[in-house]
Amino acid sequence: MLHLTEAVYHQMVAHCLTGLPDEACGLLGGDPETAAVATCYPTRNVAASAKLYTVDPKEHLRADRDAESAGHSIIGVFHSHTHTEAYPSPTDVTQAPDPTWHYVLVSLRDIRSVVRSYRIEGDVITEEPVTVSSR
Amino acid sequence: MSVTVHLPTVLRSHAGGAKDVTADGATVGEVLTALASEYPGLSGQVINGDGTLHKFVNVYVNDDDVRYMSALDTPVTDSDEVSILPAVAGGAVGSSRSLPT
Repeated sequence: MLHLTEAVYHQMVAHCLTGLPDEACGLLGGDPETAAVATCYPTRNVAASAKLYTVDPKEHLRADRDAESAGHSIIGVFHSHTHTEAYPSPTDVTQAPDPTWHYVLVSLRDIRSVVRSYRIEGDVITEEPVTVSSR
Repeated sequence: MSVTVHLPTVLRSHAGGAKDVTADGATVGEVLTALASEYPGLSGQVINGDGTLHKFVNVYVNDDDVRYMSALDTPVTDSDEVSILPAVAGGAVGSSRSLPT
């Protein structure tokens, strides 16, 4: 189960909407044991594409250092699907870098954005519940 | 010379759970090769069999991505920190769940 705060949730969705028409992406910093996200790190999509994303490597390094200095880790990544549902594509699965991470998909297909989270181990995709708390 | 290498979470299990390790070498390639000798589980995870940097890994010397320097030939000194992070990418390409157009 992934735990988000309202602030992280809104920051994530806002970054995805701002990135339109391209996919947007970012990293999530928090506690790997409790899966509580403390910080959203919106990053540039260097692929600059509506169908692909690549987290800016330099921003990833900065986010990783910031998270670690706060006693956290990068525990996941989020990205938008602009015209498809919030479910990992074969590309997402093939390129998922870390089985301990949480993979958050933000679908902008419909008027109301949909946020869902998955674990990806090898080619096995498992959806997990997402909680959003006020703090 | 000995430099500190910061490992990503996905590779730490191959180094006894360590977040930071040290390895000897005068270039990034030498450091990573020394690291793989000490921790065989890391072998093939960062450098390919043909001696090039793995496509899905980014390696930095301090703040700089070595792909924009001299790649594995980038020199390092004692005060440098080498960081390894996964390349994070994906996207809706190949999705079978697209809306019909």
